Amino acid sequence: MSAPTTTSALRRVRTLRTDRWWLPPLGTALGLGAFVVYGLVRTFMNQWYWVPEYHYLAPFFSPCLSDACVPGASHLGTPFPDLAPWVPPPVFVLPFVLGFRLTCYYYRKAYYRSFWASPPACAVTEPHRRYTGETRFPLIMQNVHRYFFYAALLVAGVLTYDTVIAFRGPDGGFGFGVGTLLMLINVVLLWGYTLSCHSCRHLIGGRINHFSKHPVRYRMWTLVSRLNGHHMGLAWASLLSVALVDLYVMLIAAGAFPDPRLFN
Amino acid sequence: MADIESHDYDVIVIGAGGAGLRAAIEARSHGLRTAVLCKSLFGKAHTVMAEGGIAAAMGNVNSGDNWQVHFRDTMRGGKFLNNWRMAELHATEAPQRVWELETYGALFDRTADGRISQRNFGGHEYPRLAHVGDRTGLELIRTLQQKVVSLQQADHAEHGDYEAGLRVFAEFTVTDLLLDGGRVAGTVGYWRESGRFVRLRAPAVVLATGGIGKSFKVTSNSWEYTGDGHALALRAGARLINMEFVQFHPTGMVWPPSVKGILVTESVRGDGGVLRDAAGRRFMFDYIPEVFKDSYADTPDEADRWYSDPDNNRRPPELLPRDEVARAINNEVKEGRGTPHGGVYLDVASRLSAEEIMRRLPSMHHQFKELADVDITSERMEVGPTCHYVMGGVEVDPDTAASSVPGLFAAGEVAGGMHGSNRLGGNSLSDLLVFGRRAGAGAAEYIAALGGEHPEVSEAAVTDAVNSALAPFEVTDTRGQENPYSLHAELQQVMNRLVGIIRDGAEMCSALEQLAEIRQRAARLAVPEGNRQFNPGWHLALDLRNMLAVSECVASAALRRTESRGGHTRDDHPSMNPKWRGTLLGCELRDGSVEVTEHPQPPMREDLMRLFSPEELGKYFTEEELAVVRTPS
Amino acid sequence: MEGTVEMGYRARLRVWRGDADSGELRDYEVDAEEGEVVLDLLHRLQATQCPDLAVRWNCKAGKCGSCSAEVNGRPRLTCMTRMSLFGEEETITVTPMRTFPVIKDLVCDVSYNYVKAREVPAFSPPGGLEPGEYRMHQRDVERSQEFRKCIECFLCQDTCHVIRDHSENKESFSGPRFLMRVAELEMHPLDSHEEKGGNRPEEARGDHGLGFCNITKCCTEVCPEHIGITDNALIPLKERLADQRYDPLGRLFRRKNR
Repeated sequence: MSAPTTTSALRRVRTLRTDRWWLPPLGTALGLGAFVVYGLVRTFMNQWYWVPEYHYLAPFFSPCLSDACVPGASHLGTPFPDLAPWVPPPVFVLPFVLGFRLTCYYYRKAYYRSFWASPPACAVTEPHRRYTGETRFPLIMQNVHRYFFYAALLVAGVLTYDTVIAFRGPDGGFGFGVGTLLMLINVVLLWGYTLSCHSCRHLIGGRINHFSKHPVRYRMWTLVSRLNGHHMGLAWASLLSVALVDLYVMLIAAGAFPDPRLFN
Repeated sequence: MADIESHDYDVIVIGAGGAGLRAAIEARSHGLRTAVLCKSLFGKAHTVMAEGGIAAAMGNVNSGDNWQVHFRDTMRGGKFLNNWRMAELHATEAPQRVWELETYGALFDRTADGRISQRNFGGHEYPRLAHVGDRTGLELIRTLQQKVVSLQQADHAEHGDYEAGLRVFAEFTVTDLLLDGGRVAGTVGYWRESGRFVRLRAPAVVLATGGIGKSFKVTSNSWEYTGDGHALALRAGARLINMEFVQFHPTGMVWPPSVKGILVTESVRGDGGVLRDAAGRRFMFDYIPEVFKDSYADTPDEADRWYSDPDNNRRPPELLPRDEVARAINNEVKEGRGTPHGGVYLDVASRLSAEEIMRRLPSMHHQFKELADVDITSERMEVGPTCHYVMGGVEVDPDTAASSVPGLFAAGEVAGGMHGSNRLGGNSLSDLLVFGRRAGAGAAEYIAALGGEHPEVSEAAVTDAVNSALAPFEVTDTRGQENPYSLHAELQQVMNRLVGIIRDGAEMCSALEQLAEIRQRAARLAVPEGNRQFNPGWHLALDLRNMLAVSECVASAALRRTESRGGHTRDDHPSMNPKWRGTLLGCELRDGSVEVTEHPQPPMREDLMRLFSPEELGKYFTEEELAVVRTPS
Repeated sequence: MEGTVEMGYRARLRVWRGDADSGELRDYEVDAEEGEVVLDLLHRLQATQCPDLAVRWNCKAGKCGSCSAEVNGRPRLTCMTRMSLFGEEETITVTPMRTFPVIKDLVCDVSYNYVKAREVPAFSPPGGLEPGEYRMHQRDVERSQEFRKCIECFLCQDTCHVIRDHSENKESFSGPRFLMRVAELEMHPLDSHEEKGGNRPEEARGDHGLGFCNITKCCTEVCPEHIGITDNALIPLKERLADQRYDPLGRLFRRKNR
C-alpha cells in the first residue's frame, strides 16, 4: 500500500483491514457453488432417486409430480405430463425450494457478499460504480420471500411424509435403516430452517404491536425468534443434509452398497 | 469585531445535558427563540453516563411513597444543609417531569400492571427510581434530544426552517458572558471545529454546564466537566455556594489504571450486590452512623430479608448514602484490608443468577467484560471511590432558578443548594428536569418583565473576550511557556491528593498555595502546536482557567468549614456541628481573586420541619432552631 | 487477571493527520501500559508528541459514542478497543470514519446524521391520555427498548456500503441508525403517527431508502451495543412494508393486528 497523502487518496485505498477478510466470502462462494453444481448434475441425472424396497425417496425428487417419475415414487399423483427427457421431475418443484433459499434474508447476505461483492466484507470497498440495492427490478422481487416460505412449508410437509413412510421394512411392516435416520435428521433440519425464517417470525407474531393482547402468538414469536437466532446455522446444516441424504439415496438406489438396516 | 458571526436570541442555554435541553424545551414552548450551545456533539452530554434512574415519588412499586417521604430522604441525604424549598419543589414535581418524558417517547422499564417500574437506591426509603436497565441517562438524553427535534419539525412545518425557534450549536464553547450594567446581554464563544468566534445577543442565559470533576485525577466525569458554568457565573458576579461539598461515588472502577474512576452504578447494590474486603467479609455493618441506626440492618440476615420483605426489615448498609459508603471503603483500604489494586470487592455474582445480572445490569457486564476482562456474572468487581458530582454551584432562587445577576439562570449540577452536603443517587436526573424546566420558565418570565427593552452588547467587551481567548496563541517566547496538558495533570494531582475525599487543614493550606502557583503559571499557558482549527491543546488551555477558579473555590470553602458533613470530611474536624448546618459558604470573585463568605441558611418552613420527628431533627439542628417544632402546632 | 501484570511497551501507531484537503498517515511510537485502549494512546500522543491531534471523545466508557474511528480499517470505538487485541510489534493504523468528510485528523463532519434524524417524524403521543396515564407492558416495549440502547456512535452508518462506497446515495438513504429509529417508533405500543395519517414502513421506503439495504449485516457486526439492527429492526421493517406493499394475497385475508 502506498501512503495516501490526501483525504480522497485515503478514501481510494480499498481497505485498511489487516485480517484475512476475503476468507469468509470465499468459503461461502465455494460452499454455495458446490451445492449448485451438485444440484444441477443430480437433477439432470434423472435416475436412482427411489428405493422401492425401503421407500426411500431422494429429497431432490420429492414430491415427484410428473409422469416421468419412476413407478412408486409419486406419492401425490402426477399432475404434470412427461414433457421431454431433458425436463426431469424436479423442474416442477425445485424452483420453489430454491426460490425460498434465494430470497432468504440470510442467503441474500451470503451471496451479495460472496458472489456480487456488494460489499465483499465489511469496510472493504465494493467494485461497483453504482448501487441501487433492492429498490428496483429484479431485486425488488426479494420482497416476495413470504410466498416462497408458504411453498417451503408444503415441501417440508411432503418430506415429512416421505420420512414417515420410510419407516417401513421390505415386508411392508415397521422398520428402519440408516437411510431412514438420515432422512429424519434432514427433515428436522429443514423444519428448523423453514420455521426460523424471518418472514415466518414476522407472520407468526412480529407484525403485532401489542404482544400483551396476543399471549399465544407472543409465545410462538418468542420461540421462532430463538430459532431465528440460528437461522444461518440451520441454513447451512439443512443445505448440507439435503445434499447428503440425496447422495445417500442415490447410492443405495444405484446399488453401490446395501442400506445397513437397524430394524427390519 | 464588526466582522464576527452574530446571532440574536431570546434565551441562550449553555449546555445540552438534561437540564439544558429541558430548559430549552420550556423556553421554546413559551414562544421564545432559543439557542442551545453545547461543547460536544448534540446528544453526547454527560447525562448519558447516569445509570441508575430518576428518583420520583410516583409510588408505582410501593404505594407508601409520596413527595413528603422523598423530601425527607433528600434532606437526610444532604444532612439538612439542602435548600429546603428546592428539595420541596423537587420532590413534588419530579413525578410530573418523569411522566412528561413518556409523552416525548421515553420507554421506561415497566411494572406488571404496565406502569413505570421503580428500583431501590441508596438513601431512598422506597423503590423510587424510574429506570431503563442501567442506561437511564441515555434514555433521558435521547428522549429530550428527540423532543427538541420534534419541536424543530413543528417549526419546519410552520416556517419552513427547522431552526426558526430552537437551534443547537454543537461543538461550541462559551468563553465569556456579556453584561450590560450588571445585566446579562449575551455570550461570546467559538466553534471548536474552526476556532472562529461568535457573538450571541440575548437578555437571558441559562447555565446548564454540569460539574467540575475534571479538576480531580480520579473521576467518573468526562472532559467537558471543567466547571465552565461555575466560572462564567463567578466572572459575571454571581455567587457560588456549597463548593466544599464534592461527592465521591463509592464505586468507581480501580483496574486497569486507564479506566480508574469509571463509574460502577449504584444499582449493583440496589439490586443485591454487597461490598467485601479482601478476606471476603461484608464490612458495611461496621460503618452505620448513629443518625442512620434506626433504618439500617445490623446483621446480614436481616439485610438479606429486606430485599423480599422491606416492610418488616431494615435496609442493608450497602445502601447508605454515598458519602458514608465512600468513606467506609476509603477506610478499609487505608487499614490494609483492600484488594491488590487498592479497592474493595463489589460482589453481585454470588447474589444473583447470571441471567438476572444480564437482565438488570447489562451495561455493567459489558463495561467490565470489555475494559477489565472481568465477567461480573461469575467474578467480583474491584471498586473504589471516584469524584462524581459537585453539590455546590450557583446560588439561585428556588422557584425561578435565577441567580443574583439579572438575566442569569442556572439549573442542574451547576446550580447549588438542592442537594445540601450530599446528593442521593437518582436525585440528579430528577433535579435536571425539575429545575431545567423552572429555569426555562424563569427566563421567560424575566424576558416578559423586560417588556422588549433588551440589554446592549458592548463591542469592547466582545473584543476583550476574543483577545483573552486568543492569548495562548500569543505566548511565543518558548522559555517559560506552560503546556496545558502537564499543567492540567498537576492541578488534578493537587486536588485529588489534598482536597479529596478526606481533608485536613494543613493539607488544604498547602493546596491553596500550590493552586496560586499554578494560577501564576497559567498566565503563560501556550498553544504548543497548530492553529485554531479543532485544536485540543488550545481548548484545554481555555478550560484550565475555569478549572483553576473553581478549584480555588472548593479548596477555600473546604478550609473554612471546620466540621465534617456529607461530601466534606475533615480529619481534623471529624464530627458534624449543628452551628455549621445553618451556615452556607459563598464564593465570589473580588478583583480577580476568590473570596469566601458566610451566609445564614434560610430557616425551614414549619410544616416541613414537622415532617420529621423532633428526635431526628435534634441530631442536626440547634436548640433555637428546634423551638418551632417543640411547641405543638 | 491478578498476577498477570505485564510490562509497558512502545506501541507503534500510524495515525491519519490532516484536514479536508490534505494529510498523510504518520508513524508514531508511544508508551502503552497494561490494560490500555487505543484512545489512551491517542491521549498520550496529545500530551507528549502532538498537542493539536484532533480526537473526539467524552465518557471513555463506551456510553456516549463520541470516539468512533477506524482501527486497522475496522470501524470501532477507540475507547473500547483494547491494545491487547494487537501484537506488541504490530503497527496499528487509526483513521477517521471514511463515510463522513474529514474536518481534522480523526474528527469528521457527522452532520449527515443530524440531518437524517430530523427527517424521521417524531413520536406522536396518543390522544386522550394525560401524562401519568400511559400503560405499557414490558413485553410490548422491549423491542423498541433494544433500539433505544443506541449510543449514536454512527459506526453502523460508517460501515454501511450503501453510503460508504456510494456517497451519491446519501440523499435518498438514511442509514441503519435512522431506519432503526423508524422501526423503534413503528413498534412503539402507543405511537399514534398512523392515526394521524402517517405510515412509517412506507416512509422508511420512500423517505429513508429502506430498499437500498441489502441486509449484508455489517451494521450489526459493528454495533458496540450489540443491537440486532438487521434481524430485529431492518428485516421486520421490510416485512411490515411487504405486508402493505408486496403481499396482495395477504392483504385480502388479514386484518391489521396492532
